[in-house]
Amino acid sequence: MKAGTLRQILLITDGCSNHGEEPSAMAEIAREQGITINVIGVMENDVIDEKGLKEIEKIADSGGGVSQIVYAQQLSQTVQMVTQKAMTQTIQGVINRELQQILGDSRTMEDLPPEKRGEVMEVVDELGETSKLEVLILVDTSASMKHKLPTVKDSLLDLSLSMNARMGDSRFSVFVFPGKRNDVEKLLDWTPNLEALTATFPKLSTGGLTPTGPAIREALTYFNKKRSLRGLLSHDDEQYFEESM
Amino acid sequence: MMMNNTLRNQCKLLAGSLVTGKWNKNQYKIIKELGCGANGIVYLVERENRHYALKLSDNGTSIISEMNILKSFSKVQGSTLGPSFLEADDFIKTGKQLPFYVMEYIHGHDFLRFIEKKGSSWIGVLMLQLLTSLSALHTNGWVFGDLKPENLIVTSPAYKVRCVDVGGTTLIGRSVKEFTEFFDRGYWGLGSRKADPQYDLFAVGMIIINSAYPGRFHKNGEGYRQLNDLIKQKKELLPYRKMLEKALQGQYDTAIQMREDLVTVLSKQNHSKKKGTSQAATRQPTTRQPTTRQARRSQNHSKNKRGGFFETFLLVAIISMLYVLYIYEQLL
Ligand SMILES: Nc1ncnc2c1ncn2[C@@H]1O[C@H](COP(=O)(O)OP(=O)(O)O)[C@@H](O)[C@H]1O
Repeated sequence: MKAGTLRQILLITDGCSNHGEEPSAMAEIAREQGITINVIGVMENDVIDEKGLKEIEKIADSGGGVSQIVYAQQLSQTVQMVTQKAMTQTIQGVINRELQQILGDSRTMEDLPPEKRGEVMEVVDELGETSKLEVLILVDTSASMKHKLPTVKDSLLDLSLSMNARMGDSRFSVFVFPGKRNDVEKLLDWTPNLEALTATFPKLSTGGLTPTGPAIREALTYFNKKRSLRGLLSHDDEQYFEESM
Repeated sequence: MMMNNTLRNQCKLLAGSLVTGKWNKNQYKIIKELGCGANGIVYLVERENRHYALKLSDNGTSIISEMNILKSFSKVQGSTLGPSFLEADDFIKTGKQLPFYVMEYIHGHDFLRFIEKKGSSWIGVLMLQLLTSLSALHTNGWVFGDLKPENLIVTSPAYKVRCVDVGGTTLIGRSVKEFTEFFDRGYWGLGSRKADPQYDLFAVGMIIINSAYPGRFHKNGEGYRQLNDLIKQKKELLPYRKMLEKALQGQYDTAIQMREDLVTVLSKQNHSKKKGTSQAATRQPTTRQPTTRQARRSQNHSKNKRGGFFETFLLVAIISMLYVLYIYEQLL
């Protein structure tokens, strides 16, 4: 039994992009490459305007992921919940496609009797626990985010705590946008442990632009360099699903 | 939040309405809402003159996982910690399929209200029970995960601690996915979120601390030091200090070990209490400040009972006094 790798981008922002490509178009490209995009809109004393809300929802929608608006105090819980939920969603998507192949027509999990659904869900949970996970974290560091950054850092440490408790390996990398010279800047290379953030995060300078679209595009190349493009899960897993049905 | 609103609208059912399962065709009558959680609404329902709890959700995924857990719970021999599982089905409401499952209805007060009503001396006793149940659960390879006072119900008339909301229950060795920060050792920097017996025992320790700090508190980054300082500041926590120290630092291998230490603490406490009975008796009424109307009603009820006890006591005292007088007279 070999579980594959789930790839996600976690975008943490507090408003609307104002520079470069349309973010949801970039999210669409990500999805095509089997990378899910989750978006968390974080508020403190400010609120996110209508335009920002729409954009956040649209990015996650195009990126096949989950979006949530929260106050900074609830960020830790939300980051964990969103990541977990997106993992389940992705795995379920794969399983549903398998089911359709087996059962014919357009039947999904919901059409199975509860008993059978329970058995399928056991497989979903099992895969959620054992799959490898790669999360590329993309943090908006435009000026209004400045005083939220310590909370963001805490919530990311908390996320690695939750994910590292799983049986499958987890790896994280952290990017911020706008970067000093480019649209996006790498803070932390792929690592299972986010502790190193404690040193780098407080030194961040915040900028004026919010190039969300270009940031997503850049982030994608970072995944692509590591592996060839494939479906949501690698081929081994699809075989595994078939065998277990 | 946003999700909860749509959930509430979709799963909202009025008292008297009927829920019929799509597959098994069983019919349940809604009596009232028991509670609303993150992924479903729980109703008290009736079927063939028996009461059950029915959880209805618009989110198939989480409710099915929960159902799986409840089922495996029911297989754990000798554990009566969670509600037993009856059946799962789908309810079609205006064209939309809403999954639900039916479980045993656990009747009683939630832990905090019970303690408020009966006095904090019950905490120890109830934690003893909880540790016994946890021990059975752990032996069977499970960890409860989301232990907190809100998830504990004390049944009556026989006072027994039961747990609702088994959503956090996790196989040992896997990751705990549902937890509450205050009761989560990971939040305090005192361990991982990998399920092991120590994870639950940490939460039991925090439940005891919570009873002295009803408002709870946030971490300040000092980890264990902060908790230790706060324990020292509360007189009522002092007897438990040694035990809490071990539970919070993961030094108990099993629930039984912690239970043994708790037994020792409680027997010492009872001993010293007997010496100062009058003090305990006068203090009791002030600790039972009712906060809600319901609590007040039940308080009156218990007062009546106590009144009855005092009457009996008085009667016995008077009779024995007369008896003593009688003997005294006889002797003269
Ligand atoms: N079997 C039960 N018997 C009695 N009350 C219950 C039962 N299950 C749930 N409840 C009540 O419903 C509330 C919410 O249910 P819960 O399962 O905790 O929802 P969630 O898991 O979504 O938070 C609980 O706090 C409890 O008061």
